[in-house]
Amino acid sequence: MLAMNYRGPYRVRADHKPDPVIEHPGDAIVRVTRSCICGSDLHLYHGMVPDTRVGHTFGHEFVGEVVDIGSGVQNLKVGDRVLVPFNLFCGSCFYCERELFGNCHNTNAQATAVGGIYGYSHTAGGYDGGQAEYVRVPMADVGPYVIPDDIDEDDAVLLTDCVPTGYQAAEMGDIEEGDTVVIFGAGPVGIFAAKGAWLMGAGRVIVVDEVEYRLEFIKRYAQCEVVNFREVEDMAEHIKKMTDWMGADVTIDCVGGDAAGSIAQTLTGRLMKMQAGASTVLHWAINSVRKGGNVSIVGVYGPTFNMVPIGNVLNKGLTIRANQASVKRHLPRLIEHIREGRLNPKEIITHRIPLEEVSDAYHIFSSKLDECIKTVLIPPSAREVKAVKASAQQ
Amino acid sequence: MQTSNEVNPHSHQHHHDGHTHEHQQDYPKEPQRPTREQLAHIIGWGADLDHKNRPAVPMERKPARFIPPPVDKLPQQQENVEILVSTERPGITPIFGTAQPPSGLSGMIRRAAFRWSENDMRHWLLLLAADRVNVVEGVAEDLGKGKLPNVLGEMGIKSEWQHNKAGLAKKVVIAGAVVGTLAYLMRRRER
Repeated sequence: MLAMNYRGPYRVRADHKPDPVIEHPGDAIVRVTRSCICGSDLHLYHGMVPDTRVGHTFGHEFVGEVVDIGSGVQNLKVGDRVLVPFNLFCGSCFYCERELFGNCHNTNAQATAVGGIYGYSHTAGGYDGGQAEYVRVPMADVGPYVIPDDIDEDDAVLLTDCVPTGYQAAEMGDIEEGDTVVIFGAGPVGIFAAKGAWLMGAGRVIVVDEVEYRLEFIKRYAQCEVVNFREVEDMAEHIKKMTDWMGADVTIDCVGGDAAGSIAQTLTGRLMKMQAGASTVLHWAINSVRKGGNVSIVGVYGPTFNMVPIGNVLNKGLTIRANQASVKRHLPRLIEHIREGRLNPKEIITHRIPLEEVSDAYHIFSSKLDECIKTVLIPPSAREVKAVKASAQQ
Repeated sequence: MQTSNEVNPHSHQHHHDGHTHEHQQDYPKEPQRPTREQLAHIIGWGADLDHKNRPAVPMERKPARFIPPPVDKLPQQQENVEILVSTERPGITPIFGTAQPPSGLSGMIRRAAFRWSENDMRHWLLLLAADRVNVVEGVAEDLGKGKLPNVLGEMGIKSEWQHNKAGLAKKVVIAGAVVGTLAYLMRRRER
């Protein structure tokens, strides 16, 4: 099969690899019809996540069709159209029993701090991901969600990660009616954090980024205020001026370790790898929120350590909440929002690129070329099947 | 584009050319909040205002919804390739990934890294070192198969040319200057 193949920082290509096989009675094999490049894939692409091995196939946002199932699978059948949450979870451990599906204790032998994630290095379990024609999906009765007939595949693929992650980011902010919410990052997760903040009754939503076309898009799509951090002198002071000198009620970090905006952080976090990514945004989030406010973190950082003003967290009495999204628990409500027209995820897709051109797809997304917001990769087998179906209909 | 980079000019109150400041108490005790009527144009506003509509509130919820009932013991996956296991676990998990088992020099470094826990910096620093060694092994593997890796292609030079010619030209000039300077310095040293 054709699959994305990581060769080193900033180097990926499409290569032929052996097809995945059933390795556990609970496994299924899914033929991928759509997969996305996620902002968090860029942390891998930039070589920031330890134990990212050459030959690894990334991709934790994908949908497809079940083509094979293990002997223990009872709830899925061959031919089912499924969306697969980015978390690999068992459904039976201490955490899964409490709906903390992003913290599963049974799917990642290599680390305890993070559960299994498709195509996200061996630190997240060593599973090849969905930027391929086929993918092994463990615990197939537990994770995958059969796509309802009225839900578009383009919407479904965004429900595997960026929509629920953005929504959960807002949820973790514990937003009350009229709250001012500041979101750092105008990428796909930031977009859905902004939409989520409105759904939860925010009074103001302000999004901070440096990329003009992304700010323009989010301003229109999510009906929010925007700030270009390159054009302000000091982020905390600026947010305070915008909020009657109080600070925001809630701040949300949707960027993580790849943040720009501070020379010292960029140098030590991104270039010299002396900390687990640049913590510029976390720094801003803590210093821009009001006393007693909430800081929500969904931006990805590495497993080592970061320089953050923890003293201010204490002195301001802040609540910090963070987690990988428990995707599956959000799906029924998010699908309701799509049906009611409150969310229209597929509108953020700007690029549909054949899997064969994965090198360019990553470069376009990483370097924010061609006004890219969200990239979907289409495997050749998916295009062939679609063409056959179209000709059969004619 | 109009952004909120400009704030009310009256809101900057610090006069450093003397000892006069505006008074903090002249500002509202509470931030001004928009009314529901002012927010009526926002698509979906307030649909999940009630915390009961928020699917992950409370954070921990038992029994779990949306998944089959838990089982006491999951079937154990067979170990057919080498899997490195965190020292912070009692043993291997019932389900694990089998992609890219450790091999070569990078594999030796990874095995060494797994002697230390996730709590120990040596674990992560060794894994990062192994990743860099692995990149060189990847190039050697390609060459061993008679394949010259198209490094520029893998880095997306086609799209750079298509969408960012000026940026590409800048990178070429910088790379040329660096290589030229190094070559010049080396030749001078030889003399």
